[in-house]
Amino acid sequence: MNDNSAIALAEVRFTSRPDQLKHVRSVIRGVLEQTDCDEESRMSIVLALDEACTNVIRHAYRGNERGDIVLQIERDEDDLVFRIRDFAEPIDRSQVRPRALDDIKPGGLGVHFIHEIMDQATFLDPPDGDGNLLVMRKRIPAKQDSR
Amino acid sequence: MKYPVTTQGPFAIVSLTGEVDLHTSPNARQQILDQLNAGQSVLVDLSQVEYIDSSGIASLVEGLRVAKGGSQRFGLVGVSKPAMQVLQLAKLDRVFPIFDSVADGIAEAN
Repeated sequence: MNDNSAIALAEVRFTSRPDQLKHVRSVIRGVLEQTDCDEESRMSIVLALDEACTNVIRHAYRGNERGDIVLQIERDEDDLVFRIRDFAEPIDRSQVRPRALDDIKPGGLGVHFIHEIMDQATFLDPPDGDGNLLVMRKRIPAKQDSR
Repeated sequence: MKYPVTTQGPFAIVSLTGEVDLHTSPNARQQILDQLNAGQSVLVDLSQVEYIDSSGIASLVEGLRVAKGGSQRFGLVGVSKPAMQVLQLAKLDRVFPIFDSVADGIAEAN
């Protein structure tokens, strides 16, 4: 699943249970602290990845808590690359889009967060055909503060 | 997880803590709605929130809508930096009444 030039930083495998997300976020924070991301970017990236995993749990596995999810984090030159793979039925990609924020209502913010935070977020066909694969890229901002 | 709830006059203060996500937000939502359904106005204290996702934000939006429907007051108090960052990203930081402290929120209502 890796590009030839990309360097693998981490891989997290977990099941599609909401109580797994705290641990996943903790792993992501640990990886990001080893990069040049500033604090604000780290917080944003954690949110975007958490929202993507939440969408897998809610909309791909639809309450099945035994599904497998794999998150891979890679560095590709100046980009961090995040791949989230599930093995659920393929989702309808046309339904995954941000909603208008001027309509103040609960729900539907997760995709907006992902698109706001990431430089790129694209569903690709998984190499072996099963499930869904969301690939996100984020250019790493230089550290603004060296304290 | 039960979040602390205290009462000051017509206000219930629901204090969310830690990481509010898909796992914990159903409890936050229920506790906020329980207070609103009991006729209380609600201030949600976010000062101890270390992380909040869209499901947590949705609980707050639902609280605001229910409060407006019942002519009750609803506001956020002591919004932590991580929570404010997410509210701003959702462009909701100007939708909620936001107060520095519980005392400020209550004073504003009087």
